Amino acid sequence: MTASTSAPPLSAAVGHGVSDRLSKKASRHVKERIIEALLFSAAAFSVFITLAIVYVLVKESWVFFETVPLSDFLFDTQWTPLFDDAHYGIMVLLSGTLTSSAVALLVAIPLGTIIALYLSEFAGFKVREIAKPFLELLGGVPTIVYGYFALTFLTPILQRIYPDLPGFNLLSAGLVMGIMIIPYVASLSEDAMRAVPMALREGSYAMGATRLQTALWVVTPAATSGIASAYILGISRAVGETMILAVAAGMQPNLTFNPTEPGATITSYIVQVALGDLPHGSIGYQTIFAAGLTLLLMTLAFNLLGYWLRKRYREVY
Amino acid sequence: MKLQTGVEAGVEGAVLKADVRELDFYYGAFHALKRVSMPIHDHMVTSLIGPSGCGKSTLLRCFNRMHDLYPGNRYAGGGIVLYPDNTNLLSPDVDPIEVRMRISMVFQKPNPFPKSIFENVAYSLRVRGMRNRSELADRVEAALKGAALWNEVSNRLDELGANLSGGQQQRLCIARALASDPEIILFDEPTSALDPIATASIEELIIELKEKVTILIVTHNMQQAARISDFTAYMYLGEMVEFGVTDQIFIKPQKKATEDYITGRFG
Repeated sequence: MTASTSAPPLSAAVGHGVSDRLSKKASRHVKERIIEALLFSAAAFSVFITLAIVYVLVKESWVFFETVPLSDFLFDTQWTPLFDDAHYGIMVLLSGTLTSSAVALLVAIPLGTIIALYLSEFAGFKVREIAKPFLELLGGVPTIVYGYFALTFLTPILQRIYPDLPGFNLLSAGLVMGIMIIPYVASLSEDAMRAVPMALREGSYAMGATRLQTALWVVTPAATSGIASAYILGISRAVGETMILAVAAGMQPNLTFNPTEPGATITSYIVQVALGDLPHGSIGYQTIFAAGLTLLLMTLAFNLLGYWLRKRYREVY
Repeated sequence: MKLQTGVEAGVEGAVLKADVRELDFYYGAFHALKRVSMPIHDHMVTSLIGPSGCGKSTLLRCFNRMHDLYPGNRYAGGGIVLYPDNTNLLSPDVDPIEVRMRISMVFQKPNPFPKSIFENVAYSLRVRGMRNRSELADRVEAALKGAALWNEVSNRLDELGANLSGGQQQRLCIARALASDPEIILFDEPTSALDPIATASIEELIIELKEKVTILIVTHNMQQAARISDFTAYMYLGEMVEFGVTDQIFIKPQKKATEDYITGRFG
């Protein structure tokens, strides 16, 4: 113990407690703990709500699956829960959801991406400042308005081109749904493109690239992860959209991938049953929980895909 | 001020590649370059020095019309004559993209594209419409060798350019600029983001490169200007204070202002 001879122990050298110039840490400490607890409870609340929804869906679906075997649910080709000869083939509703979503995405993804490229790489400051609020307004229109727009405006126009088109059809609903989703895809993709550092664009221009080459070969790949998230959000919106389909697509369960036919989607079926007069607890009523669970699993899958894409293509500038 | 070109000064082998003539440039209302004149000699290294905000980067970025990318920038008089074309490359009739195809650039911070090493170098060739795989491969290899990077990356051309170290990334950017055989390469403080070892390798490379191209470099580091350049221009507040053979500028500058800056009394 040679060190102790030269330097006295700390406790002997300095007094304990607090001097005039160094206050106790405790007061600030308590305040920070309170703030931390508030922030934590806000975050925990959203997690709790999500778990509660999952709990309700699983619990109620459990009741459903006690009566209807899972294999019937997955593989039956009819969805007639209200008939005497009841069938519960979710494929029927799933086909409506997938068909209308596919139509919507065929509109929203190309147009949304082109709009984003234009706004981010080509439009001048003034054009962007005017165009972007209008674009975002498009996303703020209530979906019921879009539904009637599809039913009373777009469908008659489509019927002139294609006279056999029924009054309720997945095509018109899907197209309008696509228009509704454009702002989400365009706005998020544009944010991702604008986040690409100017240094990369300058590098491209300095090599003699045109604006279009720069936009397609440098900016787009650099913004891939953000653009992919925008697409995933668009898909989730399409799969979850309810009102447009309930109004314009007919709500008739129909196993088809042909958009010119009427059809019911998972969401429009849930609205139909939830607003109908089926008694609570009947097996017909329980179907909506099973359908809802299916929808939740689908959007979960897309979100996981989006998460993976973001990680896989994250660009470190 | 009458500038003496290398030709007039009797520097051996000096041929004019470009000539800045009484150039005025504005950022909006800000007069950034004031009647700047200077010669650029073929296959020589010319460095631009001066304190921050003196306009040296602004002048450099006139050469490849980078200012055209942003609204509000204005070439307001004079020009840059490119030889042997004898054309003012700042003229509104000249297509900036063609200018950039002949006058390439390396930036302050390495900015590789989010692409493979191969595609980074092939970029300027693809921009010109080159599609032939074997021709692309040959040109990419030549450019990477020219940038002294080939030995380090030849077995991993498919990896992302961003995976390289900072010095390697900057050499990748030099290879990218070299691939299309430009006549002039502009360097905008190319070593300011690099460590001393990477800096030394880039400096060595620049000296080698003047065999192939004319080089114009902006640098904050006066030792660097002294080490690698044949000619040096000192700028201050948007004006060209003095231009001359590097040795002369550093050993016996004609102007008091230049001497003060070089000896560290100012700047």
